Amino acid sequence: MTSYQNNIAITPQLVADHGLKPDEFDKIVALIGRQPTYTELGIFSAMWNEHCSYKSSKKWLKTLPTSGPRVIQGPGENAGVVDIGDGQAIVFKMESHNHPSFIEPYQGAGTGMGGILRDVFTMGARPVAAMNALRFGAPGHEKTRHLVSGVVAGIGGYGNAFGVPTVGGEVEFDERYNGNILVNAFAAGLADTDKIFYSKAEGVGLPVVYLGAKTGRDGVGGATMASAEFGDDIEEKRPTVQVGDPFTEKRLLEACLELMATGAVIAIQDMGAAGLTCSAVEMGAKGDLGIELDLDKVPVREAQMTPYEMMLSESQERMLMVLHPEKEAVARAVFEKWELDFATVGITTDDLRFRVKWQGEEVANLPIKELGDEAPEYDRPWTEPKKPVPLAADDVPQMDVADALLKLMGSHHVASRRWVYEQYDTLIQGNSLQRPGGDAGVIRVEGHASKGLAFSSDVTPRYCEADPYEGGKQAVAECWRNLTATGAEPLAATDNLNFGNPERPEIMGQLVHAIKGIGEACLALDFPIVSGNVSLYNETNGRGILPTPTIGGVGLLPDWEQMARIGFAGPSECILLVGAPPSWGTHLGQSIYLRDLHGRRDGAAPPVDLAHERRVGDFVRRLIRSGVATSCHDVSDGGIAVALAEMAIASGIGASVNQVDDQDPIVTFFGEDQGRYLVTIREADLDTLLAEAGALGIYAPWFGNTGGDTLQLGAARPLAVAALKAAHEGWFPSYMDGEAA
Amino acid sequence: MKSAVIVFPGLNRDRDMIAALTKVSGTAPVSVWHQDADLPDVDLIVIPGGFSYGDYLRCGAIAARSPIMDKVRERAAKGVKVLGVCNGFQILIEAGLLPGALMRNMSLKFVCREVKLEVANAATAFTRGYTQGQVFRCPVAHHDGNYFADAETIARLEGNGQVAFRYAEGTNPNGSINDIAGIFNEQKNVLGLMPHPENLIEAAHGGDDGRALFSGLLGQAA
Repeated sequence: MTSYQNNIAITPQLVADHGLKPDEFDKIVALIGRQPTYTELGIFSAMWNEHCSYKSSKKWLKTLPTSGPRVIQGPGENAGVVDIGDGQAIVFKMESHNHPSFIEPYQGAGTGMGGILRDVFTMGARPVAAMNALRFGAPGHEKTRHLVSGVVAGIGGYGNAFGVPTVGGEVEFDERYNGNILVNAFAAGLADTDKIFYSKAEGVGLPVVYLGAKTGRDGVGGATMASAEFGDDIEEKRPTVQVGDPFTEKRLLEACLELMATGAVIAIQDMGAAGLTCSAVEMGAKGDLGIELDLDKVPVREAQMTPYEMMLSESQERMLMVLHPEKEAVARAVFEKWELDFATVGITTDDLRFRVKWQGEEVANLPIKELGDEAPEYDRPWTEPKKPVPLAADDVPQMDVADALLKLMGSHHVASRRWVYEQYDTLIQGNSLQRPGGDAGVIRVEGHASKGLAFSSDVTPRYCEADPYEGGKQAVAECWRNLTATGAEPLAATDNLNFGNPERPEIMGQLVHAIKGIGEACLALDFPIVSGNVSLYNETNGRGILPTPTIGGVGLLPDWEQMARIGFAGPSECILLVGAPPSWGTHLGQSIYLRDLHGRRDGAAPPVDLAHERRVGDFVRRLIRSGVATSCHDVSDGGIAVALAEMAIASGIGASVNQVDDQDPIVTFFGEDQGRYLVTIREADLDTLLAEAGALGIYAPWFGNTGGDTLQLGAARPLAVAALKAAHEGWFPSYMDGEAA
Repeated sequence: MKSAVIVFPGLNRDRDMIAALTKVSGTAPVSVWHQDADLPDVDLIVIPGGFSYGDYLRCGAIAARSPIMDKVRERAAKGVKVLGVCNGFQILIEAGLLPGALMRNMSLKFVCREVKLEVANAATAFTRGYTQGQVFRCPVAHHDGNYFADAETIARLEGNGQVAFRYAEGTNPNGSINDIAGIFNEQKNVLGLMPHPENLIEAAHGGDDGRALFSGLLGQAA
């Protein structure tokens, strides 16, 4: 058989179908000095799409702080690597699988988990924690229940079988995600700092080895699909979604770690987006080497696969490695033990060409560096985001404080996510110290007497929509704050930037300003970005999602016995609002009180004072580590009222707090001012603490006490903790059972 | 007391089980790969939890037909103690070492949460660390733990003291008949249970209610 497909004429329509613009195609022709073959066109489309090349965002991503004393590896590898002391490192990243999850929620979300887990163990780390940040359309939208149940089951189905605990995450509903949900998966793994594996190939004439599952036709064109908007033809895209097999992934994990321990591995790259193409080009381009592949050696699941399909397949659970030739037999034995495919499919060369052979013919011969590095980079036009008018000081829509709190606790935004996280294995591996439901998930570092690691994923998309710059800052600050609220020192973060179509200047403006805010916050908080992912074109029929730059952070606890939880520790303790402004709460703009109880999405986003954030957070962390703080919770959506209710529900202990004289209690209790923590302490510690806070210029009013079985906010009617809990626990299960949206 | 943990591809709580056995007894169990020709001479054989062979076909069905299970059956017949947890319980049922079936949870969803267990028979090597009727905390994490058997089998299990643990205080997470969480074989040297006592043995786990299963068991022949 001849390579009939390479005779396909390269028409402008075919180029457009590959997501390449005419000028991008001209650049290809100029680069290689001839028309590309069909296979080569596919390879270029895979390497040069937005998903793989970051062509719209690269200019701005470069501005982010990515280094620090603990950073071993920043962005550019499969995952970031951060030193946690004692010769160990935490390896982590967050990545989106938005489009596939909307088309086919179970497989889309499952393979999203699979992809991020592979990114972590490719570097030699054993995954120890996972999180996922999920954003769905309005609860009342016809597709939402179907998507929630499919995505959650998909993540559980993959992660539970693989055997990694899910320790945290986010679930949010907003009509702006009706046609384009977000599934951002985070994974972290532990490795020894001297046993980290990278994708850079070294040495000429070495075997390029294919490992794992066989190659099928699933996912062909997936990365290109992820770089386009959705239209009404979405159902036709189902075949571009990959199918996951966590059983193979688990075997691949064990086989890879076993193989790495033999010293046989020189370079390793998982086959994620754009499969064989992307992994081979990256290994070669990073190592300044050429790669020659023989597709006849590739293990295939189906007969008659064309070179185009093999190069673009996104079949899951596959790896590419460059091995020491003398250890090939050892490596093969490991993979045979785990009953996985092992095939030498190519060789490294010294001519910087990417050659692909199939049935004796050369179907692609491209310059490897240019393929990787010369992808178009755009400085897309952007416009200054229009900020909403701030609320007038007297614009406070009224509602009974107790009614408002009860309603919010039982609303889609605040209600307990137990229905979701009980479908995830949260305690496998036996190290989970704080499971979902608190400020951050915490695990102990296995084998170490006292060390723990905290994880949190955060962003407030409605703030980002109102003010991308402040919203970007807030996402980082809230993540940092959540880690701090457990007593952890925030070490580093990963960013998953989900936006609409960057070819629209207002969307590009959101991206530019959000990155600016993220960068400033990371710098001020010593919280570098070490890995990340950009997901653009999150639009359906021209309507973009809320700008959603998800931040996933990792923190370190030197001694997990000195760790705070959100539940009140006991009755008769003092409740302090550490980091409060003079009147405790002031900012109602963009609050969930306005949005969910009054149907208003107006006002300015709350500003984040980064110097204040740092000062207050460092103080709170000291209080936790010295044992003074008996419980701690950051104040976020729903303000002081919701935070107090969550502390009461988590412990079953009530509380009573004062209100501010001469201020509307709605603003006090539901304002979403940033940089605040609720901390409980014993009364004996009060004077010392207030003196210390005063010396640091931190206002920390003692405004109430724990105790009883009701929560009373100022002059409002006391609410039974049991009633708050019933509301909080009730919404999700009854919604999923088909009751009130 | 010497113990062995059998590992099939796809199991993922083998490390948790090995850690628990090691921490409670002070000695690491022998880890036996499913293809190993020999099963060492031990007093306790443990099949841990996970997703052997991806739960394909039926949970535990493929692992149950692995040659190593013939050896497990031989040892069990000689009175060696065999413990199967979660997927291990499913494998023991599929291997014919325990009666009944484990169906999909009644909710049709995976469930990971803490439940209460009541000790239904404390007079065995496995449960002697507990008292009869004692209620203790224990986590579960499974998709197919809904125990079922025909009425005659249930009557026999109940009559012979073969029910080891029941879900207590209304915490049955999966719809199991008679709230059954774990059962013995007739000789009481084989125990299968869905919950994970190995994940609740120390302060870091938030409690040690599961520890008595291992300390009672391991203390006996030590």
